[in-house]
Amino acid sequence: MTEPVVSLKDVYFSYENKRILNNINLDIPKGSFLGLVGPNGGGKTTLIQLILGLLTPDQGDISILGQPISTFKHWNRIGFVSQKANSFNKGFPATVFEVVSMGLTTKIGYFRFFNKKHKEKVIQALQQVDMEQYAYQNIGNLSGGQQQRVFIARALVGDPELIILDEPTVGVDYKNVDRFYDLLHELNKKEGISLLLVTHDTGVMTKYATNVACLNQTLHFHGNSEEYTSLTDKELSEIYGHPVNVIVHDH
Amino acid sequence: MIEHFLQFDFLRHTFYTSLLIGLIAPLLGTFLVVRRLSLLADALSHVTLAGIAFGLFMEKRFTSSWITPIQSGMVFSVIGSLFIERLRTIYKAYQEIGIPIILSGGVGLSVIFIALANGFNTDLFNYLFGSVSAVSRVDFLTILFIAIGVVVILFFFYKELLTLSFDEEYATVSGLHSKRIHFLFIVLIAFVIAASIRIVGVLLVSALMTLPVASALRFAKSFKQLIVYSIIFGEFAVVAGLISGYYMSIPPGGTIVMIAIVLLIGSIVIQKFISNRQRKEQK
Repeated sequence: MTEPVVSLKDVYFSYENKRILNNINLDIPKGSFLGLVGPNGGGKTTLIQLILGLLTPDQGDISILGQPISTFKHWNRIGFVSQKANSFNKGFPATVFEVVSMGLTTKIGYFRFFNKKHKEKVIQALQQVDMEQYAYQNIGNLSGGQQQRVFIARALVGDPELIILDEPTVGVDYKNVDRFYDLLHELNKKEGISLLLVTHDTGVMTKYATNVACLNQTLHFHGNSEEYTSLTDKELSEIYGHPVNVIVHDH
Repeated sequence: MIEHFLQFDFLRHTFYTSLLIGLIAPLLGTFLVVRRLSLLADALSHVTLAGIAFGLFMEKRFTSSWITPIQSGMVFSVIGSLFIERLRTIYKAYQEIGIPIILSGGVGLSVIFIALANGFNTDLFNYLFGSVSAVSRVDFLTILFIAIGVVVILFFFYKELLTLSFDEEYATVSGLHSKRIHFLFIVLIAFVIAASIRIVGVLLVSALMTLPVASALRFAKSFKQLIVYSIIFGEFAVVAGLISGYYMSIPPGGTIVMIAIVLLIGSIVIQKFISNRQRKEQK
């Protein structure tokens, strides 16, 4: 087996004496599509922030692409897409092209400039998410779903090995949500990019994810998506602390 | 109208200086406005006043001072920017609290130094509202040096500053040294404010950083356009304000800012008109 893209060993994290994460062990295999589900306040976002190096664990080890996180420098190999469709400054006067270029900032590095090759990369990333015809539109004028595709392009442009998405479909209208997940599925299958998707939408798990993890302070389940669908309602409600209906998506 | 400015030495320095600040103040102002930090400029300008008052006090006490008021203003402004950053990390949940603290601290210190330097005089009046005739050769060279520095640094750090301004969280996650870039940005702001004070004055310097950008925001489709339009509006306001101020014997701070406001109102009206017409054409 190849080395996992992200590996957490015995990770603990507390926030102001409140234990958020308890003894987390999690490996994200290369090329997998991991869906991370769990109730609000279960520590999903905290886990993401630990993996992104925005927080440091109280205990335990995290390694990214085989390197301990403390010495990991190649952050441009990790793409990140947040709930930005809701929270970025909509009045920001930037074109889609400019926003996607930002995905190359650290890759290009200090005292180096954006050149023709980078421009081609940006256009290519926009083609991958089917947004190239909007390249010179203002980002604020697009719909939530289109904006999220642009942010995916920004993550893609740096040739990432892993893309982390934190509830990316919040604020995206439901008609475009399916299209959005189809895009993720394609990136995972065709480009071989590993994905870590945090979501409330448990139905997505059964349709797209190759692996599923349920987090509520501790990791309650971590396996492939078939095993996940076979979990009983009782087991699921134990994880969530309340009854859940698993809706199986199919076309 | 402009010939006086090219004819007399003291006016020539003023004229070139105003061209420089008409460039750098809106240039840096674009980042300031989109990051919603416009008030920061106000806080720093008041700290700069404290530095200027300190410089005037030194001049009074020791007739030939080793530091000009503009230079001591710069030192205070940069120190003030460091304090604001410090306060931002101490009061994480109240990020803007540093601004009123530094602003009032700046005014408080200014009052003390002004009193020690035996109160108000025309010099101080010039620093408050700007002056057509106050730019000395040393001031001009200091400001020229700063302008070159600002343009060069922005040229090299443009992509980093833009990434940081658009989305601070993403910038950090993608491995950008956000804190260091932000720090560099704040220090540049401090320098530009101190440089602009000679022409527009302490009380109106933040207007020169924000008003042209507010006008440009009405038209700009991209960030590059925002920068170009902001500089055009800024230069126009500065040059027209300086010349009209000179001929009407009004401190240029007042005329520059009023022209910038007229430009802003004009931009809003014209942009409304354009978008209404486009809507009609679509129908």
